[in-house]
Amino acid sequence: MSNWFERLLGRGTPSSAQSAKERLQFVLIHDRTDLSPAVLETLKDEIIAVISKHVEIDADGVEINLSQTQRENRLVANIPLLAAPGARRRSRK
Amino acid sequence: MIQSSNGRVTTSANGASQPAAHQPERERTMAGKVITVTSGKGGVGKTTTTANLAVALAAGGHKVVCLDADIGLRNLDVVMGLENRIVYDLVDVVEGRARLRQAMIKDKRLPELYLIPAAQTRDKSAVSPSDMIKLCNDLRGEVDYILVDSPAGIERGFRNAVAPADQVLIVTNPEVSAVRDADRIVGLLEAEEKGPGHLIINRLKPEMVKRGDMLSTDDVLDILAIPLIGVVPEDEGILVSTNRGAPAAMDEKSRAGQAFRDIARRLRGEDVPFMPLDDNKGFWQKLAARFTRSG
Repeated sequence: MSNWFERLLGRGTPSSAQSAKERLQFVLIHDRTDLSPAVLETLKDEIIAVISKHVEIDADGVEINLSQTQRENRLVANIPLLAAPGARRRSRK
Repeated sequence: MIQSSNGRVTTSANGASQPAAHQPERERTMAGKVITVTSGKGGVGKTTTTANLAVALAAGGHKVVCLDADIGLRNLDVVMGLENRIVYDLVDVVEGRARLRQAMIKDKRLPELYLIPAAQTRDKSAVSPSDMIKLCNDLRGEVDYILVDSPAGIERGFRNAVAPADQVLIVTNPEVSAVRDADRIVGLLEAEEKGPGHLIINRLKPEMVKRGDMLSTDDVLDILAIPLIGVVPEDEGILVSTNRGAPAAMDEKSRAGQAFRDIARRLRGEDVPFMPLDDNKGFWQKLAARFTRSG
């Protein structure tokens, strides 16, 4: 959706200022929390392993990211759960 | 005050240099406020900011002393045009070779503006944070503002400059490394309970922001999330003012000077609207940013 919109506006790539902002936000969360991207990767694997012990999850669909609001830093995990065998999978649309 | 010219030292009675009729009415604050100007990154405009804020506050009728805390790499003296008046420096005072008053160079262009320069042939280990606190306490009773020009970095010189501060101003440029370093400074200040500081965005170029080639004020604020106290536009006149040793805040026509004068008024507690710099992104850019932001 966002790519379509960008093409509509005739912009293929983000501006350099936008790149700067995104890169800074990425770098700063790691600077501030002393959580390097490498450690974050290990953390992701361990989170997936722990949650999988208790409930079936879609490991490929897991998103674990750092985000920032004001000066508050968050680790946000978005983990799709699979329905138990025999249970209803999706609601009717 | 002891003033020096051509190496000769003369004394004059304190305060006798100006007839009372020429002194503007001013409120003398109970105790001087120590304001430290720092940044993390070098070259973003700390010394320029310190010199200009000092001039603007002094022009507003306050008694101001600036301290150059960048021992070994002094520059506040040359930016203010006072480099040929140095007899004693900060380290001389700390080590007891000179009294505070002897090291205070009076700027002849303004009623009550003084500079205590840094030592050039020593390094930052010559002074400790507690030395700085003591020195500022000794000055507090007699002045309205003490402005401390911090060196770049996060080591001893920075700690010396921040130790006595009642308020810290963080200068940054709308540029990746400057903002990253400013963020580190905010973290360090918060750890010292001096934080978060007030932000000055220096050297903004509205045309580049419009083209999407420079971070906007809003971008920098989104990232650093600390209160903003001023935005200073890029201005070739700053180089000219440094060439001459006449800070831009003395020049009515200078845009950067105006921005510094506005910051000085905000420091005094006035509510001054921000100069319209027209650094808003174009409409389409803002719209695109809204739809492509990842969260």
